[in-house]
Amino acid sequence: METNRQIFIQGCRHGLPIGLGYFAVAFSLGIAARDYGFSAAQGFIASLLTYASAGQYMGFALYATNTTLAELVLLMFIINARYILMGFALNQRMPEGTPLSTRLLVGSCITDEIFGITIARPGIPTPYYTFGALITAVPLWALGTALGISMGNILPARIVSALSVALFGMFIAVIIPPSKKDKAVGAAVLISFAASYAAVRAPWISSLSQGNRTIILTVVISSVFALLFPRKTEAVSEGGAPDAD
Amino acid sequence: MQINVYVYIFVMAFSTWIMRVAASLIMKKPVENRFFQSFLYYVPYVTLAVMTFPAIVEATQSPLAGAAALIVCIGAAWAGRGLFTVAVAGCLTVLVLELFL
Repeated sequence: METNRQIFIQGCRHGLPIGLGYFAVAFSLGIAARDYGFSAAQGFIASLLTYASAGQYMGFALYATNTTLAELVLLMFIINARYILMGFALNQRMPEGTPLSTRLLVGSCITDEIFGITIARPGIPTPYYTFGALITAVPLWALGTALGISMGNILPARIVSALSVALFGMFIAVIIPPSKKDKAVGAAVLISFAASYAAVRAPWISSLSQGNRTIILTVVISSVFALLFPRKTEAVSEGGAPDAD
Repeated sequence: MQINVYVYIFVMAFSTWIMRVAASLIMKKPVENRFFQSFLYYVPYVTLAVMTFPAIVEATQSPLAGAAALIVCIGAAWAGRGLFTVAVAGCLTVLVLELFL
């Protein structure tokens, strides 16, 4: 029988490689955040509290465009909608009568990668495990962001240019494996690339902010695919998790 | 008018957290609406794809290097490489190509 302490330590151990990956990616997020006017302290706090790569990247970008808070909330809801799906997948594995506090603690730890290792772990999801992983990985995420902001401008332009690609590389690593497995996802990704490219140039939509364009394209393309290629209902337990490395 | 940056950060963090715990708050039994499930299934991939292209090509000093990184990353991910490896492969591609471009 594993004690809660042992489970927590296991979570910390599994969180370490995730945190090292986060550190590198957060550095490139920090470089972007600096361009959008965030200080190292602000980036550190934002990463410590938000710990969401795509959401933060978009949030930072949007701040520079003088967005409204309503627009920000709407964008965070849309861009982080996958966390709802992951939340459902984790809660589905918890027996009826599980205390709300346990459900909330497990849910609060969701990131793409922590969800991945938690859902892959046999048994009922436990906050001891998820919190162990979170408390190891997220400080490295925050530190990477702060260093990216503070050191981004003392690095040669060539290095910065190379590092700025890391974040997109991470996004690609999340979207390609499911595209390979599921042709509908692959088609959705290709159409998203094309639509996003067109949206930068098309009349009217190109005049919208980047955040609004992302919201509109996401809702339209996802809705069309949900109608044309609906999922089997049990698919929710699989989730959209990337590999747990 | 620029919103106070700390208010902005807090709203960003809080609305992200709400999404993490939304299911924990409302879930009594699995949602059965097929459209809703399907919509949520596609959302992360569509969002990330929209954010990746053409932004990756615009992020680098030379657009060609960005385009090459896109192809290398897709290839590495297709070959089953992990998140970290794919990100590093993209960075190295840009680093090497921009020596010449």
